[in-house]
Amino acid sequence: MRNEDEKTFEGLADGDYKYGFVTDIESDSLPPGLSEEVVREISRRKEEPDWLTEWRVKAYHHWTTLEEPTWAKVEFPPIDYQALSYYSAPKQKIAAPKNLDEVDPELLETYEKLGIPLREQEVLAGVVAVDAVFDSVSVATTFKGKLEEMGIIFGSFSDAVKEYPELVKKYLGSVVPYKDNYYATLNSAVFSDGSFCYVPPGVRCPMELSTYFRINAANTGQFERTLLIADEGAYVSYLEGCTAPQRDENQLHAAVVELIAHKDAQIKYSTVQNWYPGDKDGKGGIYNFVTKRGHCRGDNAKISWTQVETGSAITWKYPSCILKGDNSVGEFYSVAVTNNMQQADTGTKMIHIGKNTSSTIISKGISAGKAQNSYRGMVKVVETAENARNFSQCDSMLIGDRCGAHTFPYIDVNNPTAQVEHEATTTKIGEDQIFYCNQRGISTEDAIGMIVNGFCREVFQELPMEFAVEAQKLLSVSLEGSVG
Amino acid sequence: MLQIRNLKAGIDGQAILKGINLEIKPGEVHAIMGPNGSGKSTLSQVLADNENYTVDGGSITYQGRDLLELNAEQRALEGIFMAFQYPVEIPGFNNETFLRTALNAQRKHRGEVEYDAFDFAQVAKEKMKLLELDPGLMKRSLNVGFSGGEKKRNECFQMAMLEPSLAILDETDSGLDIDALRIVSQGINALRREDRAVLLITHYQRLLEYIVPDHVHVLADGQIVRSGGKELASELEKTGYGWLDDKAATAGGR
Ligand SMILES: Nc1ncnc2c1ncn2[C@@H]1O[C@H](COP(=O)(O)OP(=O)(O)OP(=O)(O)O)[C@@H](O)[C@H]1O
Ligand SMILES: [Mg+2]
Repeated sequence: MRNEDEKTFEGLADGDYKYGFVTDIESDSLPPGLSEEVVREISRRKEEPDWLTEWRVKAYHHWTTLEEPTWAKVEFPPIDYQALSYYSAPKQKIAAPKNLDEVDPELLETYEKLGIPLREQEVLAGVVAVDAVFDSVSVATTFKGKLEEMGIIFGSFSDAVKEYPELVKKYLGSVVPYKDNYYATLNSAVFSDGSFCYVPPGVRCPMELSTYFRINAANTGQFERTLLIADEGAYVSYLEGCTAPQRDENQLHAAVVELIAHKDAQIKYSTVQNWYPGDKDGKGGIYNFVTKRGHCRGDNAKISWTQVETGSAITWKYPSCILKGDNSVGEFYSVAVTNNMQQADTGTKMIHIGKNTSSTIISKGISAGKAQNSYRGMVKVVETAENARNFSQCDSMLIGDRCGAHTFPYIDVNNPTAQVEHEATTTKIGEDQIFYCNQRGISTEDAIGMIVNGFCREVFQELPMEFAVEAQKLLSVSLEGSVG
Repeated sequence: MLQIRNLKAGIDGQAILKGINLEIKPGEVHAIMGPNGSGKSTLSQVLADNENYTVDGGSITYQGRDLLELNAEQRALEGIFMAFQYPVEIPGFNNETFLRTALNAQRKHRGEVEYDAFDFAQVAKEKMKLLELDPGLMKRSLNVGFSGGEKKRNECFQMAMLEPSLAILDETDSGLDIDALRIVSQGINALRREDRAVLLITHYQRLLEYIVPDHVHVLADGQIVRSGGKELASELEKTGYGWLDDKAATAGGR
């Protein structure tokens, strides 16, 4: 019985990642390698206007002057950027599907397998509109028409470039400039597609908007771009989900998300990230190097980030808020789970510029196996930010004794009226606790599931209902077989 | 109900239990006493299958089955309950949810319908009254920040709710105030039935005035060196354990 128990105690069995299948579909890819010509070719294939082509090229040239950042607490072998292919689009029978009947049935089937029905009548009784992005290309968007009636633009980034070029030109790079950082700069040069959303003044978006990202092709870098604008007094709640097949090679995913909240506007952005994490020995998995930033541009604007990060071999991600408008509010709720050989370095930046701005950071890091989990957060209060307020709570949970949790809070206050509070706790779940649960008849699996869900409650309650349930399940699966 | 034969167990290669023999029949209450470090908690942990300890010899039969074949969870589901000498704290695991999950796991195992939150609250209310437990404790994380006595009462409350066939109580009386000792004893007595048995580990004869044992055993250096009726406890209260040294000296042949 001892041996059996040790098996369930140690390491996640292979094959537990149920999204690990590969879709057999023809794709239209560029050969590996990166150069100005490749960047121009991507832009040409996407039939983009000149200003966008030139923007990409500028980003490319800047990127060649940069070095990969090394400050994060993650380790990985050097990435050969010339070995990657920078464009892969599923070759559909009909070039641009006008409606779902024209979408390749293989693709529809893939999303069905993932539990994301794209046929509108099947979509959670009409409370969620979905944009499905397959290998960085948007393949279908539901409820487009219904949203258009309210003036809400929601669809693929490529379509937005064609249909609303002025909007894209006005906002693209206005929160994450092309020079921002190594991965964001690379993304600016080669991004293939992503989601675009604009909610006009005074409109409250009546349903959850959601994008499901799916990586399929091998040896392709994935570079999506999401741009979301809530105009004056608008409200939108947005959710992204991510999965990828199980492959032995590491795959790079370097996305950029820009959010803009104007005066009195509110954006709620939730992520359930479940990219393939690699096997228990650390083979394969996604490198998730993502730049996400929100700009509270007008007074009383509010941006909330909620993330549940369970996948990826390496996560490098700091969804941030620039609180420029007076009385603007930034929130960051995060659960990051790492098991086996996974590494996560994640957190947020709250930059207080306007008066009476306030921010809340709730971070829950869970580490099991031999995983490393770091919270890295910055709270910056500039001279102009009278009466800025921040509250940060960073809790770490260690399951077993071979994993690590680290907290790196940076606090930079330049206005004496600011109030910044930081609290941190570390909890260990060891064999003693699991034995206690077992002794009362509770299985190890259930015990860990319940302990972890209790630990994450504050974050889960920020998620839309259906996704909170999904996130809880995901957590149990991710921690299946982790040390008691 | 329980037969322990020549049980040898230890930790990290160090022998602690050196041949325990003990038979407990349904309906009986056995008390185990003995000096600090003699192996009393080790015995209870081994009965519950704490994997830190290794069983190096002997056998344990429970309700006719080889207990060593079962893991901790299965033993609990089969009705073995151990009140811990040092109850474990689990931050973030709500006390009430914990107990309801445990009770439902056991009910499910027995093929009974599981309790919903409402049913559970009804049953819990009664038992809480019996043990005069502060209902506020149910809303908190399991044992986190509980006082020593509150932890012990909570263990008893769990036992009262789970109604085990074999209850092992490891120094549940230590740390209880005088009133609590009486209340907890009532709780244990309420559990007594002819098809259930209790193994009490204690240092104090006082508990045994409330819960009258059928048998008292003295555990010293990993062996049961004396067994008797309830009067043995009062004798020990007077003599202490000094006589054990004389006995060891005699046994050593000097
Ligand atoms: N985890 C452990 N690591 C090392 N030694 C241990 C461990 N657990 C028990 N022991 C040793 O085994 C012996 C028996 O311990 P045990 O806890 O069973 O005693 P006890 O009879 O319950 O004592 P007390 O009356 O103080 O509770 C002691 O010498 C103790 O130090
Ligand atoms: Mg003891």
